[in-house]
Amino acid sequence: MAQLICKDLSLGYEGHAILSGLSFSVSAGDYLCIVGENGSGKSTLMKTILGLQKPLAGSIEWGGGLKNSEIGYLPQQTAVQRDFPATVWEIVLSGCQSRAGRRPFYSRQDKALARENMEKMDVTQFARRCYRELSGGQQQRVLLARALCATQKLLLLDEPVTGLDPKVTLELYQLIERLNRQDKVTVIMISHDISSAVRYASHILHIGQNVFFGPTGDYVHSELARPFLAAKGGQAQ
Amino acid sequence: MIDQLTMYFSFPFVRYALIVGTLIALCSSLLGVTLVLKRFSFIGDGLSHVAFGAMAVAGVLGPVLRELKLRLGDSGFETGLASVMQFMIDNDMVFILPVTVLCAILLLRTGQNTRIKGDAAIAMISVGALAMGYMLLNLFPKSSNVSSDVCTSLFGSTSILTLTVTEVWLCVGLSLAVMVIFILFYNRIFAVTFDEDFARAAGTRVEAYNLLIAVVIAVIIVLAMNLVGSLLISALIIFPAISAMRMFRSFKGVTICSAVLSVSCALLGILISILAGTPVGSTIVAADIAAFLIFSILARLGAGARKA
Repeated sequence: MAQLICKDLSLGYEGHAILSGLSFSVSAGDYLCIVGENGSGKSTLMKTILGLQKPLAGSIEWGGGLKNSEIGYLPQQTAVQRDFPATVWEIVLSGCQSRAGRRPFYSRQDKALARENMEKMDVTQFARRCYRELSGGQQQRVLLARALCATQKLLLLDEPVTGLDPKVTLELYQLIERLNRQDKVTVIMISHDISSAVRYASHILHIGQNVFFGPTGDYVHSELARPFLAAKGGQAQ
Repeated sequence: MIDQLTMYFSFPFVRYALIVGTLIALCSSLLGVTLVLKRFSFIGDGLSHVAFGAMAVAGVLGPVLRELKLRLGDSGFETGLASVMQFMIDNDMVFILPVTVLCAILLLRTGQNTRIKGDAAIAMISVGALAMGYMLLNLFPKSSNVSSDVCTSLFGSTSILTLTVTEVWLCVGLSLAVMVIFILFYNRIFAVTFDEDFARAAGTRVEAYNLLIAVVIAVIIVLAMNLVGSLLISALIIFPAISAMRMFRSFKGVTICSAVLSVSCALLGILISILAGTPVGSTIVAADIAAFLIFSILARLGAGARKA
């Protein structure tokens, strides 16, 4: 069942298209990695999917009972967040915002959901700690827990492993994989790291001068992937 | 000293000053945390200059309205109009508040679209308002002593002690409104401050909340102009927040601490200024600076102790 269908999208700023004629769809339970070089329009595509920016042409449709406010988003960290005085608990709970609707305060269910997701992401022991004192990997897990409070269906991750060391990167990838396999959360991830994308994702969307969309198995054998995978051949396995 | 204080408190204007001062200090500290974290501090500073300009314009409008009022007849409509005009003459705030709120909205719009141009726009508006305000005060002097008028509006030297009963009630009403809005939207303000993109993706109307924050800031600035004058308002908004951020690590903790700190500093400042005869505004800011220094030292000691 398709959760997200993008047809003939043209993306760009102020009438200048970076990408055009982009069509792809994401079904429930998929793990889609969006790869491409810098400036190929990955972030623009992400913003368009999130509804932060309008496409120049084409359409984005949500299916499978998914509303576009039911996306759990893991943005790249901003400078503001690095010295923000807030506890892990306050941040995770703020993910319940869209569930709260017009209610000004969080309900008992919201709080229970926040606790559950903190448990799932293994950050319960940091609940009273200040966000800015955590390590990069711990911060990403906190933000993942917050994203899970906003949705149980679809996660959008924007380069989640940037700036993490290899061990933490691996742990984070495994955590995301577990969410996808066990909890059946659809994952859409923007990534620089093609070798890991090929390893974990079920589908690949490669954007740039040439566009590829399809199952990972097909992508590995495509002309497009060869230069990237050859360069990092050893890591792909 | 106690006798002296009791003597002063027997005057209603001293009690008004204390009540209004406490409320203004409380309000200004509430949004300070958000302002500092969202890098909106400069908007607060720009707006305070706008408020100064608006006050000068209101000063010019006063005599004009008075003149118009004299020409009105005594039919029912015209007497009604005359009493509205009298109210506007007596209360500058009726004019200053909408102008400042409007500028807040404009500044926020420009500030968000293009960062660098937005900065320049704010500098232009604030400096322009300051210059035009000073010009108007000189061209249409309210009293023979122009420089003392200017000094009063820039540094609020005596305005807190000359509040009318209407102004006191207006201050109380607006402060309560600010507090209720802050409490009702606390969770949203937190979400929008911490991560705009996430909030937007989750369907929160971020622009609407930014607008709300800007409008509330404008209200606070117009209120605070009575207490510390338009040049010193930023200190009232920013110092308690920064001090609290040194010591506390949760958003709630920082907010509560900055509110308590701001109110204590304002009370202390008002009392000292009454006893020592120093200007109210700068005494309060001095208390805020002292609190900031103390908190910085304590935070450094605390960090040292944790490392050791």
